[in-house]
Amino acid sequence: MTASAKGSSSRRAPVPERGSAQATREAFGEALLELAPEHPEIVVLDADLSKSTMTQGFAKKYPSRHFEMGIAEQNMIGVGSGLALCGKIPFVTSFACFLAGRLETIRVCAAYNRTNLKMVGTHAGVGIGEDGASQMGLEDIGAMRCLPHVAVLQPCDGEETRQAVKWMVRHIGPVYLRLTRQKMPSFHGPDYRFEFGKCDVLWEPQRQPKHYQATIFASGGAVPNAVAAARDLLPRGFSVRVVNACTLKPFDDEAVARAASNSERIVTVEDHNIVGGLGSAVCEAAAQKGLAVPIVRIGVREFGESATPEQLYARHGLASPNIEEACLRNLS
Amino acid sequence: MGVILANCLREKAGLYKIVTMPAAIPETAGELKARIKDMRVDIIRMISAAGSGHPGGSLSVIDILAVLYSQFLRHDPKRPDWPDRDRVVLSKGHGCPALYTVMAYTGYFPKEQLMTLRQLGSPLQGHPDRLRLPGIEASTGSLGQGLSMAVGMALAGKMDKKDYRTYAVLGDGELQEGQCWEAIMCAPKFKLDHLTVIVDRNNGQIDGHVHEVMDIEPLKDKFESFRWEAQVIDGHDLGQIAAALDKARKTQGKPQAIIADTIKGKGVSFMEDNINWHGAAPKKEQADKAAAEIQGP
Repeated sequence: MTASAKGSSSRRAPVPERGSAQATREAFGEALLELAPEHPEIVVLDADLSKSTMTQGFAKKYPSRHFEMGIAEQNMIGVGSGLALCGKIPFVTSFACFLAGRLETIRVCAAYNRTNLKMVGTHAGVGIGEDGASQMGLEDIGAMRCLPHVAVLQPCDGEETRQAVKWMVRHIGPVYLRLTRQKMPSFHGPDYRFEFGKCDVLWEPQRQPKHYQATIFASGGAVPNAVAAARDLLPRGFSVRVVNACTLKPFDDEAVARAASNSERIVTVEDHNIVGGLGSAVCEAAAQKGLAVPIVRIGVREFGESATPEQLYARHGLASPNIEEACLRNLS
Repeated sequence: MGVILANCLREKAGLYKIVTMPAAIPETAGELKARIKDMRVDIIRMISAAGSGHPGGSLSVIDILAVLYSQFLRHDPKRPDWPDRDRVVLSKGHGCPALYTVMAYTGYFPKEQLMTLRQLGSPLQGHPDRLRLPGIEASTGSLGQGLSMAVGMALAGKMDKKDYRTYAVLGDGELQEGQCWEAIMCAPKFKLDHLTVIVDRNNGQIDGHVHEVMDIEPLKDKFESFRWEAQVIDGHDLGQIAAALDKARKTQGKPQAIIADTIKGKGVSFMEDNINWHGAAPKKEQADKAAAEIQGP
């Protein structure tokens, strides 16, 4: 981030404090513990990754409500669905890629049976870093989004995660929650109210222009760089706004219409394959509403590899300079 | 044991009223045998009327389902959402004409509805759909998934200290799916002794005999090595089916597998063990011939 960005201010989001950064998977683990006492129907199923999906705290505190299913994700999904059919609220957790890999089981057990199954995929995207391509969930949103009845959520920080998990427990029906391995700065304060199916304006210049150079739609791990890009562009004379898309399905088509009405262009950024995720959802909304607005999509176009998250975000075009570029001109 | 007596014994004070089975399925072995002949004819008729469906695996499993529903299942067709009911998951979903028939005979819906199989808007889908037909515990049809869901149902019952039983009915070809073995591996871990798997071992699947396509034997040894209690029975002998279900009910500490040897297309000579009848509907004349043969002279 440039020094000039430090001086810029926004209406919605304070500059994130370093100390408040938290991986969304960590916030998920805390939310489970918070919700467990008042919701005895909550049970948790793991496939040998509870240390990584952050359900260990729940497992220790509520051993009779935690089921270790071993390295057998499809059975975990099926057993979770059976538990749901008998009134439990089961959370099945694994890496995003391993859950999405059992798509047909999810299709039948969760979506077609319309069970109250809560699927939590952590380690989303190239943001996981060094573990490399086989561990990166990069196609999961696209896969889950085309399943009827399945809601898809990707919160961008700890507070939003806690509220999204709370919503999941109240909501009856299958939900897929996508979480990061890496720490995320805190964008939402305790006064934030997560609204299912709605995007929220995460950052905009204090003095709002009539017209924005661009509105950036960002989700999950891509959000911090989107905010950094908008901040950096302001002193260069470009007003850019960042919209956070936590609910990826059903998508907030109205938010796209609003962006189209007062922005030169729309940019989408996501740590997911460029096909099927946030960018696709925004394009679908624009097509549905007949909006004549340029849309530039930023996402991952191939498999990842081993490196630091920062190196990978730069390598795959998700760094803030890439996003700034997309706000100004079409990418080749 | 008669079903009324069984329900009396299981009745928990205040939890539910005594459930009497509808009179449609009789309790004496002779009457049940005669009634199953009617069911076989209905299976043939409904698939013939639909113009598609799976007669082979329906005729192989009908005796098992008829005994289960008439003599063992604690259920109330008028209250399919009764929390303490026993659960049946037909994991071999393509055998649903047999399940629909047994459900119609036990009073879940009028028998006339059987002839709507596979028609637009019918609750009797080509494979069972729990959201369209009350009494179906789990929508199935993608082989290999039903047992996992049944394990979840049994696990929930154990957590809640309920005494309902969960039955999963699987095909033998279905056991080629890896997910089945994940579920078979996990049921003993949770000591699900109120879970019973019934394998309809008819040795047939679309591409040929199971032992030729991909052998699953020795099946009893496999279940036992996965720490299940396993029995092998003649799946068309009503007495053996009842005895095996009774033994399973009394077994404690382990989940139970009943491997029922059956004949695909049982009861219709030109269908028996003929893989072409796995998923083909009989024409009107063929259905008439089959019905006449089932009913006998």
